[in-house]
Amino acid sequence: MTREEIIREENLVYKKPELLNDVPMHYCPGCSHGVVHKLISEVIAEMGMQEKSIGISPVGCAVFAYKYIDIDWEEAAHGRAPALATAVKRLLPDRLVFTYQGDGDLACIGTGETIHALNRGENITIIFINNAIYGMTGGQMAPTTLLGMKTVTCPYGRDPKLHGYPLKITEIAATLEGTCYVTRQSVQNVGAILKAKRAIRKAFEYSMQGKGSNLVEIVSTCNTNWKMTPEKANQWMEENMFPFYQLGDLKDNGNK
Amino acid sequence: MAKMKGATVVDIERCKGCRLCVVACPLDVLALTTKNVNQKGYNYAEAVKEDTCTGCCSCAIVCPDGCITVYRKKEE
Repeated sequence: MTREEIIREENLVYKKPELLNDVPMHYCPGCSHGVVHKLISEVIAEMGMQEKSIGISPVGCAVFAYKYIDIDWEEAAHGRAPALATAVKRLLPDRLVFTYQGDGDLACIGTGETIHALNRGENITIIFINNAIYGMTGGQMAPTTLLGMKTVTCPYGRDPKLHGYPLKITEIAATLEGTCYVTRQSVQNVGAILKAKRAIRKAFEYSMQGKGSNLVEIVSTCNTNWKMTPEKANQWMEENMFPFYQLGDLKDNGNK
Repeated sequence: MAKMKGATVVDIERCKGCRLCVVACPLDVLALTTKNVNQKGYNYAEAVKEDTCTGCCSCAIVCPDGCITVYRKKEE
């Protein structure tokens, strides 16, 4: 069988999601953001919510998310995405409203907004990309930076006496009454990506069923600021991040 | 058992040469170019062992930029 015989429309099994625009993404090579963008595009298309989805993009690397996924977007002030999502969802309850935030935006500057939006049980989904570092601004220490991990603002490694302890915001969210589904996933290999996709789908469905707020944390890499190749960064994440940020569902009240 | 034959098409200009698809491919079909680069100067991914591909889509699923399109056909 020749290559020409295989490459035909009827044999197509995988292509770039249609909701993902053709404009090249500005993310660094190997960045986890791209995979999560793809998953969100696929899930929204599978749910048939193309015309009824509103994303809230953060300040951080994902600030240009509105250029890449072809749905309606709002751009929030730094850390304020859950507050804006609350307003959008309350005004337009039939829309699928989600925020897409990094750890600097969600776990540091917007801790208050995040916790209160989750605690109020707003019917939104928060997608939380946790790469343990401030990516866009050049690799400074974030609240989620691991103990001993070196960044440009803690060049000798994070010291709990000086910098405090890493913040597990997902564990905090799981204790709040208003949350329905709280999970931690990753996107380093095919199995993990498919699991993360199912988690995003579940969270979006619960938010549309009015069951409360949902938090999907994606443990990610930032190979540029970790100063590794994308391949090495994935290994480093598995060895160092997973023991501290353990994967799995922390709370699932969807069927109660 | 019928054998599946696959083929990958890489969007060369979109590819950033992160090598995640090369790592993900269970049959070592893909590799980064060593001499050629795209307009941005990245070594892009290309299929070097075309015949081995079964169209499992692993490369396309892990690709952060959605550069890879996969086709699959049952061998007669």
